[in-house]
Amino acid sequence: MKEPEIDDLKKLLKDSLPPTQGAELQRDLWPAMLQRLDQRTMRVPWWDWALLATLAAALCFFPGIIPVLLYQL
Amino acid sequence: MELLERFAAGDVDAFETLFRQYQGEVYRWLMRIVRNTAVAEDLTVETFWRMHRAHARFDPSKGNCGAWLRRIATNAAIDHLRHSRREVPLPEDLPATAQQPPAEQLELRREILRAMDKLSPRIRAVVLLALVEEQPYQRIAEALGISESAVKLRVFRGVRILRKTLSEAGVHP
Repeated sequence: MKEPEIDDLKKLLKDSLPPTQGAELQRDLWPAMLQRLDQRTMRVPWWDWALLATLAAALCFFPGIIPVLLYQL
Repeated sequence: MELLERFAAGDVDAFETLFRQYQGEVYRWLMRIVRNTAVAEDLTVETFWRMHRAHARFDPSKGNCGAWLRRIATNAAIDHLRHSRREVPLPEDLPATAQQPPAEQLELRREILRAMDKLSPRIRAVVLLALVEEQPYQRIAEALGISESAVKLRVFRGVRILRKTLSEAGVHP
């Protein structure tokens, strides 16, 4: 492909999609960032829930392990 | 301790300083790819979130934080384009010009947006950065983690696909 062909398309693109020069951030995003960081702190990982579910199932099906668990605690 | 070293050690104050220092630059870079203010804002937060998560992997001695952020931002933007591809075409909420373009120009613009939507997110990002925003190839290569010749190849592919799609729609650039 020749350079002029790229230039023609470039001109067409620039006429239709003006460059974003001057698009400035209108607000401080730090509060949104803090919110995102807090969400991470509060979220419980899925494997913790899986572990809890496994433990609950084990206690239901094998109640005999309850005294063992209590002894370990 | 230097700011970057403190950040790499997990210091939140250092992270905040870097955030305030670079948020505008990251936002402008993302705007060049996604061309939508709300999406660019969300992706700016996403970029810094990914940066925060990866702080332990950051090597302060290599030190170009801006380049590292541009790379994370580009990946976040490409992920966004990939996920939103089938839902919405390339958004355009840039300030309108004082004069409303004539109907045929609007139609042409629509065809171009449609053609851009046919490009894969990686090629679309390169086409926008190289042809519309006229960013240097070296900067684009750095942001995508590829060589300059790979950027040129993607531009070439993008131009070929765009010309073909536009020709099929009756637009001959």
